[in-house]
Amino acid sequence: MTVYYTKEHEWLRVEGDVAVVGITAHAANELGELVFAEARDPGTTVEQGDSVAVVESVKAASDIYAPVTGDVLAFNDALTDDAALVNRDPEGEGWIVRMTVADAAQLEGLLDHATYIALVG
Amino acid sequence: MNQPLLRTPLYDLHIELGARMVPFAGYDMPVQYPAGVMAEHLHTRAKAGLFDVSHMGQVRIRPKSGRNTDAARALETLVPADIVALRPGRQRYALFTTPDGGISDDLMVANMGEWLLLVVNAACKQADFAHVHAALAQTCTVEMLDGRALMALQGPAAEAALASLNPRAAGMRFMDVVEMELAGVACIISRSGYTGEDGYEIGMASGDALTVARALLACPDVAPAGLGARDSLRLEAGLCLYGSDIDLTTTPVEAALEWSIQKSRKPGGVRAGGYPGAAIVADQLADGTTRRRVGLRAEGRAPVRGGTDLFADEAGAQPVGRVTSGAFGPSAGGPVAMGYVAADHAGVGTRLFAAVRGRLLPVQVSALPFVAPTFKR
Repeated sequence: MTVYYTKEHEWLRVEGDVAVVGITAHAANELGELVFAEARDPGTTVEQGDSVAVVESVKAASDIYAPVTGDVLAFNDALTDDAALVNRDPEGEGWIVRMTVADAAQLEGLLDHATYIALVG
Repeated sequence: MNQPLLRTPLYDLHIELGARMVPFAGYDMPVQYPAGVMAEHLHTRAKAGLFDVSHMGQVRIRPKSGRNTDAARALETLVPADIVALRPGRQRYALFTTPDGGISDDLMVANMGEWLLLVVNAACKQADFAHVHAALAQTCTVEMLDGRALMALQGPAAEAALASLNPRAAGMRFMDVVEMELAGVACIISRSGYTGEDGYEIGMASGDALTVARALLACPDVAPAGLGARDSLRLEAGLCLYGSDIDLTTTPVEAALEWSIQKSRKPGGVRAGGYPGAAIVADQLADGTTRRRVGLRAEGRAPVRGGTDLFADEAGAQPVGRVTSGAFGPSAGGPVAMGYVAADHAGVGTRLFAAVRGRLLPVQVSALPFVAPTFKR
């Protein structure tokens, strides 16, 4: 299992050809308390950089971009009634989507933990 | 557009309090403090929030004749509200209208006894000043009060907090305006606001703003609140945001703001018309309009934001309007929005469909406000 990060403040935990995707603690803090989250329907193929989910605070909606190309497998249903779970445990129970990794080579372009932390200071 | 952002007299305090600053109407303003928009919103409804609104414009109109009625009559050539009947020590909501019946800003007008005080939106203040000056300069001295700050103390604990600094605050009624001292500072205080809560708006010389802000923040129930909470609070209260819910293309009647046109200024009234666009507004008062500003509540959890198209049918074949403001309402407990819809779809309870991310989500036309006001009338 390896955890990758993106400059757009997502993380993805990869096991085999499946990734669990969420937003970083830094991003969750910046967005403020979330009131709504939803993802593209399971089975939808998303290209790297496409919007794969949306999270919303009181004030604004923010897209979550697919960090890699793949198929959406599942949305974290716990967020349906409690989107603020993302704020409480952004890199654990507050994951957002599970998706396949179509091309493992794309992972090489992502950031490791140390690089991401350096990026957000 | 590389002009440096302006700062209010409370800028350093915002930084000290850990605010996240954003550009707004040319000012560097606190959108939220570390508590966050949700907590600041709920705290304001439960206790009291302190907002810095010093970016707003304050304009003084002083009649050259010395008779304030002359200033009131002059201002009535620009706004449909009854200013002549506005008694000293009272304030009223008004609109600047345009010759084609649009709205160039909304504002508060206070009768200060010997002069009128206007409080206008930050983004419009230069244009408003020019507009008033051009129309009134013959009969009145019109000044932009650049050296003044303004803050709003809003919420059920506002009265006790302000009364702890000056007991006279407790005796004020909604829309009263009183000059009084707070913490040794001469202030102009109105019992009004933009949240639907009881509360006060407090103006003072810029150099004294920090003294008053610190005195208020020292009250146990008062916490700072930013523009983010201000926006969700005013939306739940059904109050318009100029530039979103009302603008040059919306008329007072379309905007459901005819309550701000008193009987004396309506057709048949003692000083009917006489403001820009009066004939158009009169026709609309008589005949109605083809579209109307309404409240909207989503049936689901997804917020419906400003700019979202509205349809009469689930297939999205019949467009009937557009959302102008939308957010999650922390006190309403769900998504709330306002928008303009065709008059035949504007009845409370009408089911419409909002196009959100390619799907049509059911919403219902809802009475405004979403949260009952607690004004001290």
